[in-house]
Amino acid sequence: MNGVALTLRTLHHGEHTLERQLLNAAERHHAEHEIHHVATDLAHWSHEHGTLLADTAPAYGLDLSGPPDHPVYGLMTSLREKTADMLGRRPEPGLLLLHDLRDLYLAAAGNSLYWEMLAQAAQATKDTRLLELASSCHPQTLRQARWANTMIKNLSPQLLTGS
Amino acid sequence: MNAFAGGDSPASVDRIAEPWGVRTPYASGAEWPVRTDVQLYPGVTEEEVERWVPAASLLHSNGDAMDIAVRDGRMVGVRGRAVDRVNRGRLGPKDLFGWQAGGSADRLTRPLVREGGRLVECDWEHAMGRLVDRSKRLLEERGPGSIGFYTTGQLFLEEYYTLSVVARAGIGTAHLDGNTRLCTSTAAEALKESFGCDGQPGSYTDVDHADVIALFGHNMAETQPVLWMRVLDRLEGAAPPRLVCVDPRPTPAARRAAVHLAPRAGTNVALLNALLHEIIRTDRVDHDYVRAHTVGYDELAARVEGCTPRWAARICDVPATAIEEAAELLGGAERLLSTVLQGVYQSHQATAAAVQVNNLHLVRGMLGRPGAGVLQMNGQPSAQNTRECGANGDLPGFRNWQNDEHVADLARIWNVTPQTIPHHTPPSHAMQMFRYAEQGTIRMLWITGTNPAVSLPELSRIRSVLRQDRLFTVVQDLFLTETAQLADLVLPAATWGEKTGTLTNADRTVHLCDKAVEPPGEARPDLDIFLDYAARMDFRDKDGGLLVSWKDAESAFEAWKLCSAGRPCDYTGLSYDRLREGSGIQWPCTEEAPDGTERLYTDGITWAHPDLCEEYGKDLVTGASVEPVEYRSLNPDGKAIVKAAEYLPPHEDTTPRFPLQLTTGRTLYHFHTRTKTGRVPRLDAAAPELWAEISATEATARELAEGDLVEVTTPRGAVRARVRVTAIRDGMVFLPFHYGYWDTPEGHRPPDGTAGRAANETTITDWDPVSKQPVFKTAAAQVRLLERGDGTPAPAPTVTASAPAPTPGSGS
Repeated sequence: MNGVALTLRTLHHGEHTLERQLLNAAERHHAEHEIHHVATDLAHWSHEHGTLLADTAPAYGLDLSGPPDHPVYGLMTSLREKTADMLGRRPEPGLLLLHDLRDLYLAAAGNSLYWEMLAQAAQATKDTRLLELASSCHPQTLRQARWANTMIKNLSPQLLTGS
Repeated sequence: MNAFAGGDSPASVDRIAEPWGVRTPYASGAEWPVRTDVQLYPGVTEEEVERWVPAASLLHSNGDAMDIAVRDGRMVGVRGRAVDRVNRGRLGPKDLFGWQAGGSADRLTRPLVREGGRLVECDWEHAMGRLVDRSKRLLEERGPGSIGFYTTGQLFLEEYYTLSVVARAGIGTAHLDGNTRLCTSTAAEALKESFGCDGQPGSYTDVDHADVIALFGHNMAETQPVLWMRVLDRLEGAAPPRLVCVDPRPTPAARRAAVHLAPRAGTNVALLNALLHEIIRTDRVDHDYVRAHTVGYDELAARVEGCTPRWAARICDVPATAIEEAAELLGGAERLLSTVLQGVYQSHQATAAAVQVNNLHLVRGMLGRPGAGVLQMNGQPSAQNTRECGANGDLPGFRNWQNDEHVADLARIWNVTPQTIPHHTPPSHAMQMFRYAEQGTIRMLWITGTNPAVSLPELSRIRSVLRQDRLFTVVQDLFLTETAQLADLVLPAATWGEKTGTLTNADRTVHLCDKAVEPPGEARPDLDIFLDYAARMDFRDKDGGLLVSWKDAESAFEAWKLCSAGRPCDYTGLSYDRLREGSGIQWPCTEEAPDGTERLYTDGITWAHPDLCEEYGKDLVTGASVEPVEYRSLNPDGKAIVKAAEYLPPHEDTTPRFPLQLTTGRTLYHFHTRTKTGRVPRLDAAAPELWAEISATEATARELAEGDLVEVTTPRGAVRARVRVTAIRDGMVFLPFHYGYWDTPEGHRPPDGTAGRAANETTITDWDPVSKQPVFKTAAAQVRLLERGDGTPAPAPTVTASAPAPTPGSGS
C-alpha cells in the first residue's frame, strides 16, 4: 500500500472518529443547546467525507467499506441526553464541555493535516480526482476546527471562573 | 367616538375593522400624501385638548410620529404628525388605541420585594438598598461575571446608553443583552456580515420609487401597518410596484403579490440560493457594481451553481415555475426594494438567509439610490437604539470588540482603562445568559422592560431558571408580568408619555418622546432608576470622577452624542431642540449632513474597512469567528462581502408523531406579550384569546372544523387553542405568541396538568449560531381534538393573515 492509500485509510478512520465524537458531544451536552445542534450538523460533514473517501478508495486499491450508517438514536442516546439535562443545573459539566471541545478541535486539526497531505500529493502527481476531493472536503474540516476554537474562546471565561 | 378625522378622508372609519384606513393613492416618484389620523377619548374634541406633546410609536418598529393629547393632566388621545417623513400623519390601530394602557388600574406603583416567598410592597430606599447590597456582595464573592442584565427594545436611547455604561464599565460584565436578541439580532448580524457594520442601508422613501418590492418573511401589513399603507397607496396609484412575497401564511401582502411563495418552514436558504442561481444564470448581474464594490462574488456563483429552481422546489415544496417567476421579477426590477423580518430572522439558518437577501442587492447593484434598497427590519420600537448603544451584544457606537483601537476609543470616552471593558469574548447573548443562570454561574439577573416568562422559547425551562433560589431576579416593568411574579425584586417603571427620551426606528429616523403626564404612584423612569443605581454603587472613572455624570435624559443624550461621534450612527448634528422643533431625522446627522442621511452606501461601501468595521464576520453555518487577519486579507479595501451559504435541513423535522411544522408569530392588534395591548379594551377584543391556524386540507384530514378546541403539542409542551381554518400552507400549524397568563387565575403559568396558553410552551430551545436569535418558526407538532366547537368561529382576527379560508365556490 502506497503513502496516499495509507493516508486515505487513516483519514477515513479520522473522519469516522470525528463524526462519532461530534455526536457524542451533542448528546453529552444536550443542555448546551448551541453545542448540541451545531455539533450534530457538523457530524454530517464528517459522515459525508467518510462516504466520499470510501467511494474514492477502490481507485487506490483500497476497500473502505465505509463507516456504519448514521448512529441510531436509541435508548443509550436518550439516556445520555437525559443525564445531560439533569446535570444541566450544575457548573461542573462546563469543564467537561471545554475538554470535549478541545478534543474536537484536535481531531479536526488532525484530519485537516491529512487533507493537506493528500492535496499536496495530488498536486505532485496531477491526480485531479484526489485534488477535487481534498479541495471540496478540506474547507469543511477547517470550519469544524474553527467552530470548536470559537466555542472554547467564548465559553472559557465563564466556565472556568464561575462556580 | 370620532375614530378618524382630518385629511380628505371620511371622518369615521373603524380602524379595528379597517386597520389600514382609506387610500391616498400616489404615483411612482411622487410624495406620499398626508392623511392625519386622530383618536381622542370619547367626548373630547381637538379644541378641548390643552397640550399636544411630541412622541413616536412604542408599539412596533415603524417609528410613526404622533402627538399625545393632554387634558387635565391626563392623556386623552393621539394624533399622527403630518409633517413627519415616516408616517405623514398616519397611525396604526395599536397606536390609535394603545396609549390607553398606561392608565390601567393595575399599574405597579410601589417596589415589591420577596419576603417569605411572597412579594410585598416596600419603599424605594429599601428596594435600591437590596439591589445594591446584592450587587456588591456578588462582585466581591463571585466577580462581575455573576451579574447579568437583560433589557429590551422598548426603552429609550438614553436608558440603554446609561445601562451600557453601568454594565460594561461600572460592573464590568460581558452579560448585557436585550430581548432585541429575539427580534432584531439577525438584522444586525446580516448587515455586519455583508457591510462590515450595522446600519440600515435603505429608507422608507424607497417605497415611493420601487418598481418591485420583495417581502421576505415580512408580514408588513401587521407588523408595520403604516409602512403597508404606504405600499397600498402605491398599489392604488399610477405605475404601481409589483410585489414578491415569501410567507407560508396568506398575509395581506401575499394576497396582493404578483408572486407568492409559501415554502416549508426552515428552507429560506434553499429558496434564496435558487433565486440567486436564476439571477446569475440569466446574467442579471451588475458586473460593474460587483467589481467596484464587493468581494466574494465567485464563491457565491460557485455555491449556487447547483441550486436550480427544481432542486429548491423539492426542498421548499413550492413550484419551480413560481421560483422562476419570482426570480424574473427580481432580476428584471429597475428599482428593487427588499424587506426582511421574522419569517427569516426567527427561522432556521436565519443569518445565512438574511445575508442572501443582501447578496441579491449586491449582485444586482440595487443599493444607495431611490427605490433600490434593503430594509432589514426591526421588531421593536427602539431595537435600533439597543443595538447602537451596545445593549444588544455589541459595544456602543457599533465598535468592534475584537479591535483594540475601538475598545481604547470607548475607554477614552468613558475615561476608564481598556481593561475595564470586557472585550476578551463577544458580549454575551440572551440565550447564553439564561444558560449561565441555569448552570448557576450568573447569580443576579436584572430584567428591564421585557417578559421572558412568555417570550423566550420552552417556557417550562425558563420558569425553572427564574424560579431558582440561588438566582436573584430583578424585574423592572409597568405591570406585574408573568416574569415579575417570579422575581425577587420588582421595580415599578414609568413608560411612554410619562418620561422623556429618544428612539430610532428601522430606517434610522430619530424621534423625541416628551413627557406628557406624571407616572402613577411611585413609578420612576428607567433612566432615573439606572442613575440612582450608578450613584449608589459609586461607579468611578479612572481619575476618581463619576463614571455616569449625566443627570437627566437630555444630558444623557449629549453624552451619547460624544460616544457616537465619528461612527456610522453619528448623532452629533441632533439635539432635543432640533427634534422638538421639527420631527424625525435620520442618522447619521452631523455638521456635514445637518438634515440627516436618507440612504447609506450611495457612493460605495463606507464602514467595511478592517480598521472601521464593527465585526470581522462569522461562518454562516457554524458561527465560528473570522479572525482579524483573515478579514484583512479577504477584504483589505473595505468592500461589501458577498457571503455564500449552503442549505442545511432544519434541526427539528416532522415525524409520524409530530407530523405538522409549527410556526409562531404575531397579529396586528397585539404587541409582544400583551402587557400593554391586552389591557386596551378594543385591541383586546380584536384578538382576545389564543388560536391555532391550519389549512382546510389539514383540518379535513383530522376531522377538525373552525372553532374546535384542540391541543397543539410538541416534545416540549402543549397549548389549548381554537382552530382557525385559513389558507396557510398545508402541513403547518401557526400559533400567535402574544398570549401568557397574567390574565388567568394562575398568573404566570399554565394550570397544573393542563396545556397552556403561551405558544412558547411548545417552541424549541435552538438559535441561529451566527446571530444567536432563537428559532421560533421551525419545530414539529401534533394537533388533536379536545372538544367540538359550537359553531362559533375561533377568536382570531378576520382581516389579517388569520382571515378564514375562502369557502369553496365563493370565487375568491
